[in-house]
Amino acid sequence: MKLSKVITALSLVTLTALGSSLASAGDKIRIATEGAYAPFNMTNEQGEAVGFDVDIAKALCAEMKADCEIVTQDWDGIIPGLMGRKYDAIVASMSITEERLRVVDFTEPYYSNVLAFVGPEGKALDTSKEGLKGLTVGAQRATVAGQYLEDNLADVVNVKLYDTQDNAYLDLSAGRLDALLSDKFPAYDWLQSADGKGFEFKGEDIDIDDKIAIAVRKGDPLKDKFSAAIKAIVDNGTYAEINAKYFPFSIY
Amino acid sequence: MNWNWDVIIEHLPRLLDGVWVTLQLVFVSGIAGLLLAVPLALMRTSTRIWLRALPFAYIFFFRGTPLLVQIFLIYYGSSQFEAVRESALWPILREPYWCAIIAFTLNTAAYSAELIRGAIQAIPKGELEAADVFGMSHWLKVRRIVLPRAFGIVLPAYGNELILMLKGSSLASTITLLDITGAARTIIARTYTPLEIFFAAGMLYLLISALMIGGFRVLERRLNRHHHYRAPEQISKIDPRLAE
Repeated sequence: MKLSKVITALSLVTLTALGSSLASAGDKIRIATEGAYAPFNMTNEQGEAVGFDVDIAKALCAEMKADCEIVTQDWDGIIPGLMGRKYDAIVASMSITEERLRVVDFTEPYYSNVLAFVGPEGKALDTSKEGLKGLTVGAQRATVAGQYLEDNLADVVNVKLYDTQDNAYLDLSAGRLDALLSDKFPAYDWLQSADGKGFEFKGEDIDIDDKIAIAVRKGDPLKDKFSAAIKAIVDNGTYAEINAKYFPFSIY
Repeated sequence: MNWNWDVIIEHLPRLLDGVWVTLQLVFVSGIAGLLLAVPLALMRTSTRIWLRALPFAYIFFFRGTPLLVQIFLIYYGSSQFEAVRESALWPILREPYWCAIIAFTLNTAAYSAELIRGAIQAIPKGELEAADVFGMSHWLKVRRIVLPRAFGIVLPAYGNELILMLKGSSLASTITLLDITGAARTIIARTYTPLEIFFAAGMLYLLISALMIGGFRVLERRLNRHHHYRAPEQISKIDPRLAE
């Protein structure tokens, strides 16, 4: 008797949960990513977005039992596009910043970012403010790295801002830049690749308490759904599995 | 929607720095392009096939490919070759500013050469025959008749080309230059006010092109004054002695 009660209660809970998830499954969630930020989001030969962010987005959608569509959008216009309802969420390694919080809401973070300088191997580079004096340092426009350069070093270094991280790498390889300031994990991925040969991390990492989260429109209930799903995939090991696919260390 | 005027006023100095860069790009490459376009146009109108072929290929390439592709090829493309990086040209090709100037110059030279060629061919035959009757040598004829007449004819179309260049110059922002568009995009990256800042940038472009249109109108009126018919009563207003 007692057991059957438990079963009834359990199935009721399941049914309610199923019912609510079915209700939300009705509308497709459109998720934007950039597609030019390896290994977090990049475009493969078939033109599809792939990478850590995309895997996380798909795992979250599976967790929420939601129907999702991944779209790519240039970084510059990614927040305006969200506000213009072209999509409902941004899963593109976006840092939570005060300025962004004025226009969008963020979920709980799904990883933490630090900044690091990259420069040519074997060439000494003092990454203190005095050491960088007069050098040309690049970063991607509209990123925390770009902002850090402008806020902290613009008075002593020549700051160059690029549309994509790839273009910044190209100019570093070409010798137009003395150093590059970048999020550490994608730079780690680039340094592992053939293109990154001859370059290395310079100086200390810059910890700017940078949390990466999913951006949604202000007041959108999707925020809490995503936050719950992030917690769920961290707890059930899906997150660790995806993490291990890209980095030998935890980035959560 | 909440329109924010303050953000425009606050960032206007930065946009005005961008105006200065844009003006340099347009005028330096405009003048260099014109200097390159004249010999190209003269070669295009030559009667010798081998002399016509070279500018034809050049113009075909630069008119047939997007300006953005040309900028990327010159800026990111050239730097991929070690030979270029070690050459004497590297100090120039290293700078985004000069890469943009080179790309714009080559691009506008191709378009302008075609405009000038058209103008040269539109010169009334009689004027060229008259020059020949006077016994002018080929180069004297080019210097005194062909080019001055062609410039008068090409002026309205060339004004158009320069305005297209002004707008094309916004592509310089893709190679890290802070022209009007580059400055606007950098400001928007932190303020998230694309409407206000792009509106301000658009107004600045509009202002520059208005000044350019005005400048060309004055120039046209001077160079092509023989084209304008003035009725006797208009002339009498200018000079009462002609009132009869």
